[in-house]
Amino acid sequence: MSAVATPAGAAPAVVRRAGVLRRFTRHPLALFGFVTVTLLCLSALFAPAIAPHDPLFLDTSKRFFIPFANSGFPLGTDELGRDTLSRLLYGGRISLTVGLVAMVTTVITGSLIGLTAGYTGGWVDTVLMRFVDTMLCFPQVFLLLVVAAFVPPSLISISMIIGLTSWMEVARIVRSEILHLKEQDFIQAARALGASRARIMFQELLPNIAAPLLVAATLKVASAVLVESYISYLGYGVQPPLASWGNMLTNAQGYFDTVPWLAILPGAMITLTVMGFNFLGDGLRDALDPRLRMDT
Amino acid sequence: MLSYIARRLLQSVPLLIGVSVIGFGLMHLAPGGPLAVYTLNPTITSQDIDRIRIVLGLDQPVHIQYFKWAAGMFTGNWGNTFFGGRPVLHVILERMPATFLLMGSALSLAILIGATIGVLGAIRRYSVFDMLATSGAMVALSFPTFWFGLMAIYFFAVHLGWLPSGGMYRLGEEDNIVDLLRHLVLPVMVLALVITAIWSRYTRSSFLEVLHQDYMRTAKAKGLRAHERLLRHALPNALKPLIALLGIELPALFSGALVTETIFGWPGMGRLFVDALGMKEYPILMGMIMFTGMFVIVGNLLADIAIALIDPRVRLG
Repeated sequence: MSAVATPAGAAPAVVRRAGVLRRFTRHPLALFGFVTVTLLCLSALFAPAIAPHDPLFLDTSKRFFIPFANSGFPLGTDELGRDTLSRLLYGGRISLTVGLVAMVTTVITGSLIGLTAGYTGGWVDTVLMRFVDTMLCFPQVFLLLVVAAFVPPSLISISMIIGLTSWMEVARIVRSEILHLKEQDFIQAARALGASRARIMFQELLPNIAAPLLVAATLKVASAVLVESYISYLGYGVQPPLASWGNMLTNAQGYFDTVPWLAILPGAMITLTVMGFNFLGDGLRDALDPRLRMDT
Repeated sequence: MLSYIARRLLQSVPLLIGVSVIGFGLMHLAPGGPLAVYTLNPTITSQDIDRIRIVLGLDQPVHIQYFKWAAGMFTGNWGNTFFGGRPVLHVILERMPATFLLMGSALSLAILIGATIGVLGAIRRYSVFDMLATSGAMVALSFPTFWFGLMAIYFFAVHLGWLPSGGMYRLGEEDNIVDLLRHLVLPVMVLALVITAIWSRYTRSSFLEVLHQDYMRTAKAKGLRAHERLLRHALPNALKPLIALLGIELPALFSGALVTETIFGWPGMGRLFVDALGMKEYPILMGMIMFTGMFVIVGNLLADIAIALIDPRVRLG
């Protein structure tokens, strides 16, 4: 935060930060979310070191090995004899990458539009907010699938498409925070000092909405991971042989009645990841901004 | 009231224009444009393509095309499908009852269960039940719908054999209501899960907000009994954000229905959309995008009118 941004001085900020940590750690589910997310990120980061096999190596003589059977494949093998654990680890890399890139896209687009609308006001605000309303009229999965079908699928394109169809709530959150902030004394002061528009928007206003943005960003990772699994499951997301938790489920569906674990495992990973980010985001909201709690 | 409705109707106009511009833009974003499917057909010559282009008016400037297309949208002429040449609106409306049956059943069930959980949680805040309900809702919100669907199929259809694993009815049993209900159970359960979670969370926070208002204390001081306070004073006030939620959550409901219909082979609009995607049936895709967009606008309009009916402050303010 900039010096102007904390009118009460530095000392209370430290106290407040300690309060944030205390409120966060008091929340068992938030801690659960934090630990889960950390472990998932670490396992994705070090997937090449942890994975016992090459996730793409297929050996049709070793199909459908059962998990925990001491066969050298800790979680068994799939319909092409590929190691499930390795595919889950590498799939996690893909899913988390898509989640994070989509989240960054969402946050950048949403804050730019929200900031511009909120700070400029007038007809710019009206036009931008009508655009937000219009985008919110479309069911996200419909819009996503159409665009995903038009654009050659790649990790970046999928992430961008997810981000560009889900920034609207962020824009609304940012705008409402800005509307409240821009009347405050420190903004008037900055304006009186002759600070430029861009300076006020990005150096004075933006740091002050870091807390709600962080919460929204965390929850957006969760929804992006979920949405990626939907479109990959439907065949318009991450393309085989690259493993993503969503497309692993598509393959597993065909062998569902005989080898259910092939479908159970990737689904459980998606649920765990989404849950981790959701609990983390909820905990952060409670810790950073008690005003925003669901149960005021 | 009438002036409120008129004002609210006027506000929908820019939304309708926005939705139509985006829908039209998407169609022209399609690789190869609206004629892509014909260019892939070896029996169609380039002269044919030129003729089709003129017939469809694609040789005209973009804004003229837009106005013609938009006029068609509002007069019910949504174009024809590439394969079979059937009117798009007809094809979509044909699938509507199946989807609305699914969405309506899931929504009613979810609101019934979710609202009950939410109200109980609000009354007994921080009780064991409340803690379980709020964290349970969060877990339910984290389930990928299709995975939950697959698990439900595995357990109830494959493993236990209690219910059919997909479709809407057995062959030759189209009029059998019991058979329809049996097919409806699993998809409704799957679609309702997430909506129940959302509704329990919102009902809880909406009631919590109301329960601590001064007028609730006044009602208690007046000597009103608990159920009177809850039904006459708390409910109408807590209901407002929930009616708004009904409109806001409509797009998510459509998305959920699409995924659910795909897993269960339910012959509704979502399934139509996914099939059209595979066949590059752009007219159907655009028709569906427009249909859902317009439906959401109307849904939100109705929700706002319902809120105005409950709350005089809204319609007079």
